[in-house]
Amino acid sequence: MDEAAGYTGVALELLKRAGAKPGDRIRITRSDGRVFEGILMPRYALSAKPIIVVKLDNGYNVGLRVDEKTVVEVVKTRETILKEAAAGAPAAIPLLEETPPEERRPRITILGTGGTIASKVEYETGAVRPAFSAEEILEAVPEVGFIADISARVVMNILSENMRPRLWEKIVDEVAKAIEEGADGVIVAHGTDTMAYTASALAFAFRKLPVPIAFVGAQRSSDRPSSDAAFNLIAATLVAAKAPFAEVVVVMHGETGDTYALAHRATRVRKMHTSRRDAFQTINGRPLAKIYPFERRIELIDEPLRSRGAEELEVANGFEEKVALVKYYPGMEPEIIDFLVDRGYRGIVLEGTGLGHVGEWLVESIRRAVEAGVTVVMTSQTLFGRVNMNVYTTGRKLLQAGVIPAEDMLPEVAFVKLSWILARTSDPGEARRLFAMNLAGEITSRHTVDLYPRWPH
Amino acid sequence: MIEPKVDVSKYNPRELGLKAGLEIHQQLDTRHKLFCSCPTVLVDESEIKDEFVRQLRPTRSELGEVDIAALFEWRKGRLYHYHAPRRAACLVEADEEPPHEINKEAVVIGLAVALALGSSPVDEIYVMRKIVIDGSNTTGFQRTAIIALGGEIELESGKKIGIQTIAIEEDAARKLGEEGRYTHYMLDRLGIPLIEISTAPDIETPEEAYEAALTIGQLLRLTGKVKRGIGTIRQDLNVSIKGGVKTEIKGVQRLDLLPKIVLYEAIRQKRLLEIRDELLSRGVRKEMLESLEIVDVTEVFKNTKSKIIARVVKRGGKVLAVKLPGFHGLLGVEVQPGRRFGTELADYARFWGGVGGIFHTDELPGYGITAEEVEQLYKAVNAAKGRDAVVIVADSEDKARKALQAVIERARMALEGIPKETRAAKEDGTTRFMRPQPGSARMYPETDIPPLEVTKELLEEARKIVPEKPTEKLEKLKKRYGLSEDLARQIIRDVRLDLFEKLAAKYGDKIHPSYIASVFTNILRSLAREGIPVDNLDDSQIEEAIAAVAKGKIAKDAVPDLLSYLAKNPGTSVDEAIKALGIQTVDLSTVEKMVDEAVKALEAEIRQRGYAALSKVMGRVMPKLRGKVDGKTVAEIAKKKIAELLGK
Repeated sequence: MDEAAGYTGVALELLKRAGAKPGDRIRITRSDGRVFEGILMPRYALSAKPIIVVKLDNGYNVGLRVDEKTVVEVVKTRETILKEAAAGAPAAIPLLEETPPEERRPRITILGTGGTIASKVEYETGAVRPAFSAEEILEAVPEVGFIADISARVVMNILSENMRPRLWEKIVDEVAKAIEEGADGVIVAHGTDTMAYTASALAFAFRKLPVPIAFVGAQRSSDRPSSDAAFNLIAATLVAAKAPFAEVVVVMHGETGDTYALAHRATRVRKMHTSRRDAFQTINGRPLAKIYPFERRIELIDEPLRSRGAEELEVANGFEEKVALVKYYPGMEPEIIDFLVDRGYRGIVLEGTGLGHVGEWLVESIRRAVEAGVTVVMTSQTLFGRVNMNVYTTGRKLLQAGVIPAEDMLPEVAFVKLSWILARTSDPGEARRLFAMNLAGEITSRHTVDLYPRWPH
Repeated sequence: MIEPKVDVSKYNPRELGLKAGLEIHQQLDTRHKLFCSCPTVLVDESEIKDEFVRQLRPTRSELGEVDIAALFEWRKGRLYHYHAPRRAACLVEADEEPPHEINKEAVVIGLAVALALGSSPVDEIYVMRKIVIDGSNTTGFQRTAIIALGGEIELESGKKIGIQTIAIEEDAARKLGEEGRYTHYMLDRLGIPLIEISTAPDIETPEEAYEAALTIGQLLRLTGKVKRGIGTIRQDLNVSIKGGVKTEIKGVQRLDLLPKIVLYEAIRQKRLLEIRDELLSRGVRKEMLESLEIVDVTEVFKNTKSKIIARVVKRGGKVLAVKLPGFHGLLGVEVQPGRRFGTELADYARFWGGVGGIFHTDELPGYGITAEEVEQLYKAVNAAKGRDAVVIVADSEDKARKALQAVIERARMALEGIPKETRAAKEDGTTRFMRPQPGSARMYPETDIPPLEVTKELLEEARKIVPEKPTEKLEKLKKRYGLSEDLARQIIRDVRLDLFEKLAAKYGDKIHPSYIASVFTNILRSLAREGIPVDNLDDSQIEEAIAAVAKGKIAKDAVPDLLSYLAKNPGTSVDEAIKALGIQTVDLSTVEKMVDEAVKALEAEIRQRGYAALSKVMGRVMPKLRGKVDGKTVAEIAKKKIAELLGK
């Protein structure tokens, strides 16, 4: 019995003595004379409380208090239970009765990076286990097989918050490999928290692209009937297999209902809600396409930057990790900038106020940063709109100090872009020139009146 | 041979070895829902709301099991159209935000009920997800948690019925209706806390089922923390007989139907066992049903007068038939009043094949199918008239084939006896097949909600609101309000007991609480018997009516008319109703004047018959005064006037 099951103290002692492990059927005889039987479950979280959790025969879990006088016995081991259950289980019924017709379909590669786009529920504990072979995906979402011939592999298995630029590079390599092997489209399954960062990293790294790359995730885990995973995966498959464009996009729910998904340009998309299905939104622009998974239809909304099959693959991989994204707040001390310069950071993306400002007492340390060869760019906390540092004095002072205005770029995208640029050049002048260029649709020169949401009032 | 008609009076539940258990679900009257901060109110469909459409996908257990009913709905492309009223639903109901921690108010009420039932609270409460994919939960599962185990209730006879579990769970969304592929649900009810009390299968008669439900319902009401009104309490049942199997029956809305449903299910199981025995005695064996051929008999019906079949064939559909060897006559045998064994086969055909229904030879010729066609049908499937039965289905070939395969499967089960099913209760006390009983692997931990330790503090809170024992409550009602034993017994069982207590405390000094009690136990009940929709009355209307009596605005006699009017005209205020009915009280001088006139008109008779003429006087004035002043008051005045006339 290892401590990972969450038990400590008396409870752990009792379970150790009985040789019980999660999944075993145990009998608990308490000092108050009451007897309980059920499957031993792992403890929810580390807690010192003397409580053992069992799944009763009716399927419910309950926590039972134990003490030194309690007796725990194993009635049946997990292995025996599983063997008996498997023997009695009826043949698995496929979700769909029809199988895809014999015909040539686009070849799609699905790369897993973590998160659960398809998963299985563990019989005895109810724990969720990601499923990621092509067979498992087709079993869980058979609709995909009607759209494309898929292959799948797990590139890494990490929580999205643990993503880092080194890992972006690995994903770029794996996607490039899939395209070189002849994929007509690539899907990257990714946790939603940092999906937009990774997607824009790929948008910069793939200088030329013959096929679409669709990032997809789920806001409701795939073990539940209401999960958005299958819907999003079908939509992403449609994009990878059929979209007329060859861009990096994020494909997620378009609204709270299961009607359509949206393909957002990677350099324009942002997760705008902690939990909603339609958390991903295109900022300062319009999504690239609307996807109707049930009708298997793609409807273009915006002009693609690159068309499918128009160019050969060209990759420029590599990201500088010494880049910081710093959000300005009232009263922020200059030593924060100084610290980054001292620690050898090569780029700083400032998320300033309004049109692109920070407290004027920071101007001096920013000037010193630029003089030390650090590239400093300015984005806005407002997210919507374009920075303009000519309007107010502080802005003008910052420009003078060498800050590069990031136009209407999202702060995170500016961060990824700078990271990619600084991996290509060590010349601040060249970095400044590259940063001003629209490399992957991250800059939009025209904002029409409608490109701003109206909140309810 | 079995008698085709079922004679209900022939069956004695005890002799059948009836065993039944109850599951009572009661809405709790908490301030907030179980997993969010929405109020627990139902709202009108016309209120401001947001709408969205979703699908639910069947999930698979580790062993590959999927819920068959859910799978079929999903394959059919069933869509759920949700209505989210802003006043009573938030992102949690929309499944767009993780649930908040479990509502402690609901847990405390549940623990109080547990203590009253002698049930032992668990030490840590775990919320589970019970997979339910009919769209009534936006998540595709119902969140539910056991809070206590064990306990018992005692019936009048002294018999004890064990309690197995007490759970707190979330209510489902309110179904508004179906429209093609869409099922409409209102999200106001989703998440309202429910207490679920499950009894052991200790119930042995239909009457015991009723009494047990009544006793539990009363205990719940005595907490004063439960909701009342249509749909706030629901019962599920499980029933078996000796040699039978445990059948689950869902959705018993009316308590008075319980005994009938229990009895009918016991009879159904007995009848199915009789059918099995008959089949075996006829020499029918399982192997004979193993390789039955499904035959295309469309040709037989090419000139048919059956409109249903003609329509199917015209659309390019097929008529398929199967022979059930040795089943002749049995498909026409009733298993419940009005439901034949053939109906059970049809239920399976509908569920597995998605067809409208079946025809079988025990009911043919009929439905436009001629004797000649039946002859040909027998021939086409090589069946013997008087020995075999033939079942036909007209639909698209694929659906018809699946339907008949299900019919064969069900026929095969008949040789074993009774299939394990979940059945739905119908208004007439019979049940229909709903789905096969779901496997045990449909319960998973709700990982978004941390477990709740049942602390001393929580139990202390619960102890404060443990409902009184009915016997204690009865004494209190008699003592505090001066109710007779009989009236106290009636009011303690009334759903509006809490309202009675409130009104008796408020108006008891002006009107006797016995009268207030009789408004509930007598007036409202007889109005309901007359078919007046008394459920339309809200508490404030009943209170205003009683207040009107207390203030002398109306006479007690007018109360039935007033309540009846209010029930029939929802939205009317009490004052408006009084005006419309013309039942304002009249002052005593007017009454005296009217009585004077009557006495004068009847002077001769009064002088002759004395007080015996009182009824004549009353007969003259009461039609004009009824409902405006008490008859007793009028009689007193009349007596006085007669006395004056007679010079006494």
